[in-house]
Amino acid sequence: MFGIFLLTLVLITGVAIVRTDNLFVAVMLMGIASLLIAVNFFILDAADVALTEAAVGAGISTVLFLSALALTSERERSKSARRVLSFTVVVVAALVLIYATFDKPRFGDPQAPVQTHVAPWYLENTPTYIDIPNVVTAVLASFRGYDTLGEVFVVFTAGIGVLFLLGGGTTPGRLAQEKGNEGLRHYLIPRVVGRFLIPFILLFGLYVQFHGEYGPGGGFQAGAIVTAAIVLFALIEGEGRALAVLPQRWLLGLMAAGPLIYGAVGIAGIVMGGNFLDYSPLSSDPVTGQHLGILLIEIGVGVTVTGVLLSIFHAFAARGR
Amino acid sequence: MAMLLDVLSWVLLTLGGISVLIGGIGALRMPDLYTRMHAASVTDSMGAMLVLGGIMLQAGWSLATIKLIAILLFLLLTSPTSSNALASAALLAGTRPLAETKQDRGQAQ
Repeated sequence: MFGIFLLTLVLITGVAIVRTDNLFVAVMLMGIASLLIAVNFFILDAADVALTEAAVGAGISTVLFLSALALTSERERSKSARRVLSFTVVVVAALVLIYATFDKPRFGDPQAPVQTHVAPWYLENTPTYIDIPNVVTAVLASFRGYDTLGEVFVVFTAGIGVLFLLGGGTTPGRLAQEKGNEGLRHYLIPRVVGRFLIPFILLFGLYVQFHGEYGPGGGFQAGAIVTAAIVLFALIEGEGRALAVLPQRWLLGLMAAGPLIYGAVGIAGIVMGGNFLDYSPLSSDPVTGQHLGILLIEIGVGVTVTGVLLSIFHAFAARGR
Repeated sequence: MAMLLDVLSWVLLTLGGISVLIGGIGALRMPDLYTRMHAASVTDSMGAMLVLGGIMLQAGWSLATIKLIAILLFLLLTSPTSSNALASAALLAGTRPLAETKQDRGQAQ
């Protein structure tokens, strides 16, 4: 019931995003829509997905959209006359999707494929093979390690693509010396509160990173939270000082380090006598080996996400002046 | 005792809901940006405090209460700061308050 209410709000927000021609308002509304979807995930008991959506969808992507917006104008350009064609395409796609939902099993149907396929096996065998309370992390990092490796490479490739387009990483030294690049340093209140909060945000990011085996969390969410802390630092202390703390070279290194750590753990599995991305041989006790492997690849994921998001942020910011 | 706590927490939750509603109505109805922010701050301060206090009473002495206190502290720190940043940004961008003070009129003459 509450879910239907939330989805209605998402729908209203979506219509509002399409109807507004102020891009700034549209970005804010998209953040609200992400937050509503995150709450909806949460009441469906998908805490991990909700955390990701809130941290990435509502948090970091709003920041990235805003920094992209700083490069362009706030107003939407006048619409072209092709509205009938695009309207037809949207209506046809919507009809196809609605038709497809008729084949879906009912919500909570015990005979649904999601209930009878591999999910029960994961739920039953996670305690024996991996022995961590959060089954989502077990599936993501161990049973489905290949998929997550793929995701890390997608994030990495996306980061490379954006850096090529925006030309980030070419002028690391220039920003630090530039005048008028002081952020909010003259504004006392945001600065004091921000400096007070940043350590706690970083601590929370580390908690989310290393607590992913026991509760909702993991590398993706932690990467977004750590990025948020450093972006806050960049906003209040100025771009240059943030780059002095974490230079662009290091960020590129972090981007590459994630897939390397992940792949190295996989190959270590082969060297120790198992399959690729099989963590059990990493230690004398297979369960401890799984713990070690999951911890290491989650660090890889977190490092990549932080590196990519921060590089994109700095690339936008360097472009803006 | 449990009954008393329950009643108290529901009173807090209801009052919190009313504050949020008042804040929303104010944000829609007030004439200019600064008065709107003033109205919306009711949501941040009173609304959040009352609702979180009500949930704390429901949760009792547990880990959840400590997390709620952390959330409350975070909100109490961040929402005035963001209001301050928003208002000073608006003032820098040239948005004047609708109602002029006596001093402003004196300068204008």
